[in-house]
Amino acid sequence: MSAQNAVLQLTGVCKRFKGVIAVNNVDLDLRAGEIHALLGENGAGKSTLIKVITGVYTPDGGRIEIDGAAICPKSTLDAQKHGISTVYQEVNLLPNLSVAHNLYLGREPRRFGCIQWKKLQRDARALLQRFSLDIDVNELLSSYSIAVQQLIAIARAVDCAAKVVILDEPTASLDSREVGLLFQILRTLRDQGTAILIVTHFLDQVYALTDRLTVMRNGEKVGTFVTAELPREALVSHMLGKELQAMEASRASQHTDSVDPAALQLRELSSSNGIRNINFSAQRGDAIGLAGLLGSGRSEVCAALFGLDSVTEGEIRLGEAPYKPRSPAQAIAQGFALCPEDRKTDGIVHPLSVRENMIIAHQAQRGWWRPLRRSEQNKLVADATQRLKIVCSDPEKPIGELSGGNQQKVILARWLMTHPQILILDEPTRGIDIGAHAEILQLIRKLCAEGMTLIVASSEIEELVAFSNKILVMRDKRLSTTIAGQDISENAVLAAIAEPD
Amino acid sequence: MTNLMQHRLFLPLLALALILLANLVLSPEFFHLEVKDGRVYGSLVDVLNRSAPCALLAIGMSLVIATGGIDLSVGAIVAITGAVCANLLNSSFDTLPLVILAALAVGLAAGMVNGSLVSIFGIQPIVATLVLMVAGRGIAQLINSGQIATFQNDTFASIGIGSLLGLPAPVVIAAVVFLLVQFAMRFTALGLFIEASGCNPRASHYLGLNVRVIKFLVYCVSGLCAAIAGMVITADIQGADANNAGLWLELDAILAVVLGGAALSGGRFSLPLTMIGVLIIQAMSTTIIMSGIEPKYNLIIKSLVILVVLLLQSPSFRQQLRGLSGARNSLGGKA
Amino acid sequence: MNRRTLPVTVTGILFVLLLIAGAVQFTGFASPRVILNLFTDNAFLAIIALGMTFVILSGGIDLSVGSVLAFSSVLCASLIQVHGWHPLQAFPVVLLAGACFGAAMGIFIHVYKLQPFIVTLAGMFFARGLATVISEQSIPIEHSFIDAINNFGFALPGRGWIGSATLILIAVFIFGTWLAHFTRLGGYIYALGGNANSAALLGVPVGLTTISIYTLSSTLAALSGIVYSCYTASGYALTGIGLELDAIAAVVIGGTLISGGYGYVLGTLLGVLTMGLIQTWISFHGSLSSWWTKIFIGSLVLMFMIFQRWISQGLTGRRHGPDRIN
Repeated sequence: MSAQNAVLQLTGVCKRFKGVIAVNNVDLDLRAGEIHALLGENGAGKSTLIKVITGVYTPDGGRIEIDGAAICPKSTLDAQKHGISTVYQEVNLLPNLSVAHNLYLGREPRRFGCIQWKKLQRDARALLQRFSLDIDVNELLSSYSIAVQQLIAIARAVDCAAKVVILDEPTASLDSREVGLLFQILRTLRDQGTAILIVTHFLDQVYALTDRLTVMRNGEKVGTFVTAELPREALVSHMLGKELQAMEASRASQHTDSVDPAALQLRELSSSNGIRNINFSAQRGDAIGLAGLLGSGRSEVCAALFGLDSVTEGEIRLGEAPYKPRSPAQAIAQGFALCPEDRKTDGIVHPLSVRENMIIAHQAQRGWWRPLRRSEQNKLVADATQRLKIVCSDPEKPIGELSGGNQQKVILARWLMTHPQILILDEPTRGIDIGAHAEILQLIRKLCAEGMTLIVASSEIEELVAFSNKILVMRDKRLSTTIAGQDISENAVLAAIAEPD
Repeated sequence: MTNLMQHRLFLPLLALALILLANLVLSPEFFHLEVKDGRVYGSLVDVLNRSAPCALLAIGMSLVIATGGIDLSVGAIVAITGAVCANLLNSSFDTLPLVILAALAVGLAAGMVNGSLVSIFGIQPIVATLVLMVAGRGIAQLINSGQIATFQNDTFASIGIGSLLGLPAPVVIAAVVFLLVQFAMRFTALGLFIEASGCNPRASHYLGLNVRVIKFLVYCVSGLCAAIAGMVITADIQGADANNAGLWLELDAILAVVLGGAALSGGRFSLPLTMIGVLIIQAMSTTIIMSGIEPKYNLIIKSLVILVVLLLQSPSFRQQLRGLSGARNSLGGKA
Repeated sequence: MNRRTLPVTVTGILFVLLLIAGAVQFTGFASPRVILNLFTDNAFLAIIALGMTFVILSGGIDLSVGSVLAFSSVLCASLIQVHGWHPLQAFPVVLLAGACFGAAMGIFIHVYKLQPFIVTLAGMFFARGLATVISEQSIPIEHSFIDAINNFGFALPGRGWIGSATLILIAVFIFGTWLAHFTRLGGYIYALGGNANSAALLGVPVGLTTISIYTLSSTLAALSGIVYSCYTASGYALTGIGLELDAIAAVVIGGTLISGGYGYVLGTLLGVLTMGLIQTWISFHGSLSSWWTKIFIGSLVLMFMIFQRWISQGLTGRRHGPDRIN
């Protein structure tokens, strides 16, 4: 039925990486003249799916059809020939070429083997006019703002292939005026009959722009819905995999309003990475949850606390003393530790062994001239392996060979060896199996009971509710709501996230 | 068996063993050692002696490459230290400790220049060290006033031609430097920190390591090693030739590190493996001479060996090989 | 001031300033003869540096060019002198050999994902080795056609002379400019240097482009070898040692960003001429020794690198916002 006027039709698409299923049996139909949102948290499989459609990855199973004809794109160029263009979140144009050249790279008008620059520039100007962009097309791409670059990328995509345009988080770095301009253009394109698939995590934009939406979770499709008929709360619960329902409060500890000075206090904190006016305080033994959708500023709060981004306004206090970290080394010296969100690029040091990865933070703290003896290292590693139930046959093997959950535990073990006072966990349970998941949650409770202060950013509301005694809901790089003590429930958090601007 | 073959010592050691074996076949005298006047003589000792300068450079180079950098300037530093030593020996400041200190200071200063260009200015290592590679020889010629500076100083000359513990002094010096650096790397946490910042600089920053300082330091060590090599080479010929001292030695040093299995993109390093790489290069030239192949084939054979080793280290080539052998196996299975 | 052309402009201004300074200091310094001699004497370096420009624009490096020059000059001399070929038969073979050599390096770099630095280093040893195998001695070339090439040229007023080397250089320069700015391949080369991942996503044929770049560089090095063997009327396996460094230095002085993506063919020509002018100035000076050339060129490379660092922060660092999205 719906496939009747589908431009792009996916049936049972699968993609595995080294045995890990990234996209499992996904169906999707994209109709001419609609704007379709693709939604899901990190790791839901959105990016993989898009890369399969655009020929970056070859699917392990399933069919991709364009206008009813099966295709198997082998490269982005190939996909383009079939009428599928993509605009990626980080603008994939070339900063060192002119705007005009970027628009026509690889398909420049030529005569006698020479590129006709005059014609190319005329064409470029005319093309950008359609997008109400009146800029000097001879300037370097890098001399324009990201927003303009994004529009240029869309212009190129549309001009290359007008059938299906895929936008991967196009609005992540745009301001509201630019978003308005972009939407206007997208609507015009839709009215001209282009099928648009847009990945975004801004719910307001989903409701303002799209006709239908598809939600993915854990590599599978949750469902396709008509946007106007789907309530916000329902959408959020689809995305996060939680039904809104009465749940018993399962908090580990009760929040006690202590009269002591807070162990950690943020006042009107703004950082170089965009978060603004964050206020909260934490006592020893508190577990503070940072909730919010992707891009809401969860990770940025963690980064500012750990000295990765600089504090531009406001202050942080540790007990009575002001704290202004300029580097992770300073933060670590003050008793901070951070398990970063992107385990692969920021966490593990790959070809190094499990043992080395575990002891390295402690060693860095001691300094190079006070090496841990090998016997001490082995003891520390053995203790941690036992305490965190790390499954690892040989601590000398490269850390990359462990499973995600065990890698995460190694990173946790690494920081626990430094005996931090404040432990920041950014998405501690992403991409790990259920057993490890439960163990990490148990560990968080235990650490709090031992008096450590934990700050946990997560997209999994269930787990935040399970251990937090205060949940900060972030939206648009600001703190939107603070939920504490008895008020904490999944419903409350979901409602706060779904709340429209 | 497969475990043994996958060990990272396996390939370099096998290569060295094959080359030594070839030498034995070509000339049964190869392993013959003779003790005369308390000093050991023989082809093996010659190989070691000729490897010493390259070994010294390769020690520093291993550390630089472990951080993902490269130091092209070491050959030029050899020339500068040589010129400084020769001229000091011809002046009134010719006491040995002073000359050695001056040479080390020159090497350290050169390393600091490289290190600051890379870590403070953030210039790519290839170009940053190219500056000193080009200008360095000019500076050496300037110090030498364009001449080959010769000197008469038996104490200094003994660094290059003397013997210690029955072995040629350069071999002993290279061995001592090797042991010192190896000790510093493996008995403190320095080696771990260098490897971490080469493997994953971002994660290392998150760990609180000061990646910039580490990068700066490895260039300093490389400069110091080059200065020691410079003294050995100068003492050996009792003169400083600004044009030819240590010429292209940096490339041999880089090769030795790569032959030892280190990736130019940084990460794990192993000084013993680098030393095996150095020996492979030197033993190979000896083999070529012994085998009666004319020395003009030297460079071709060397480049082909490099290519084979590089290919064996390339994951995509290994995959192709595996594909080939897999295809053969399955064919065999069918037959 | 356009930030893109700023480095080239600076090199141009530097060249003119050096010329003026020399003219004020020495009579006859800025004469047409001296300036045209810059072209004649540096033609072989300039041709190589122009090839190197494309390699560096794409974000790579080619250390083999000096050896390829030596190999070509020996091959050329040996074919003409030892085997009695006519130069017009020998030249295409030499160029073809150079092209195949470069293509092979390109294939190793692209297919096996080996680093250009180490592949071209092996190439450097290999080409030098081939040259030595052909002949360890210098082979003098005696052929009427070569003499004719060397005597060909136009006299200009002021005792200026445009010889065949200069003409070839001009032809290569025009070809290089055309390639860089008027062909698709040129755009692909810049694209590769700008961001290889984005380039691939925009449909740039990365493998083909990489192989073309190294083929071009080696072919130009072979051409340079021919020019050099005509110029010196000989072929010798030990010529051109360290020439790759001069070529890289000329490219950097010419304002091309060593990390790739930004730069002009014209800049490289200006870079070579500036280096030649420094040499001329030193030889006019008389009391300064030749090693000052190396020191000057080294310092110039240093200055340009720091200057470029500053420029490139302007070019690429203008994007605001987080560097760690997600």
